[in-house]
Amino acid sequence: MSDSILPSDFEGLLRQALTPVEPPADFAVRFEQTLQNLTDIAADELDAWELGAMRDPRNWPGVARPVTAAAIGGAAGVALVVVRVRAGRKKRRAGAGDPLAYVEQTVRAVADEARRVLDR
Amino acid sequence: MEKAELDRQFTDLYKAHLRDVYSYSYYRVGNHHDAEDLTEQTFLQAYRHLERALAESDGRPLRPWLIRIAHNLAANLYRDRSRRPQTHIDDDSQLRTLHTTEDLVEGRDELARILEAVKELPDPRREALIMRFALGMDNREIARAMGRTDGATKVLIHRAIKQLETMVRTPDPAGT
Repeated sequence: MSDSILPSDFEGLLRQALTPVEPPADFAVRFEQTLQNLTDIAADELDAWELGAMRDPRNWPGVARPVTAAAIGGAAGVALVVVRVRAGRKKRRAGAGDPLAYVEQTVRAVADEARRVLDR
Repeated sequence: MEKAELDRQFTDLYKAHLRDVYSYSYYRVGNHHDAEDLTEQTFLQAYRHLERALAESDGRPLRPWLIRIAHNLAANLYRDRSRRPQTHIDDDSQLRTLHTTEDLVEGRDELARILEAVKELPDPRREALIMRFALGMDNREIARAMGRTDGATKVLIHRAIKQLETMVRTPDPAGT
């Protein structure tokens, strides 16, 4: 390419080349769906815990209702709880020898995160 | 901070900077699919750490912080894949949108060549140019996003522009 093709305002050209890119119109909808999906995962984990708790409810007095209340709260708060809990799921699974232990650990994590959100 | 206030702050941040994060992500990873994932993950991470960021920002804009999150996530994406993305900035729909008239065909080609050259720059220089020209960030914002001093950032951008200009102006030995 010869120099004559390019105008002197190279930065102007660069600005035109790197024009801002708008996200797809439906991105916001999909983002909200992602938050909802994370909420569903949290609900599944809570369901699993509640089944486990029925085997020996004395192990977790007073935890189930506050956790459930947090999980069905505002979407952003739910996302916060669930994202954090999700991040620790593999670790908990690796460390839990039996399903009940895993559920118990999951509920501890959910409860801790829910308290952090609710305490704000 | 009250949760309702935190949610409001997050909503404002999301609305104000969705295009910035998406633009950065798109030019960083080179395709819309990964850009959407990166943008989504960036805002999820942002929400997780928003309260702390607000406390530490001391009133300064949070855009550099957001872009730094996207930068780190993009780096993880590359590390996980152990390669550069197969599809770089191969969708010229932005250029088509901006330049649709016949008399801008040559100009469009020039912009495409510049875009191609941007992809060949070393990562720090490419990122600095994306922040400057696609997002309109000033030196101080870019410095915060990249974890550099203002002076080092100014030099980085200057050298990036000079290198890019040289690349674009150098005649193609193949004659294409």
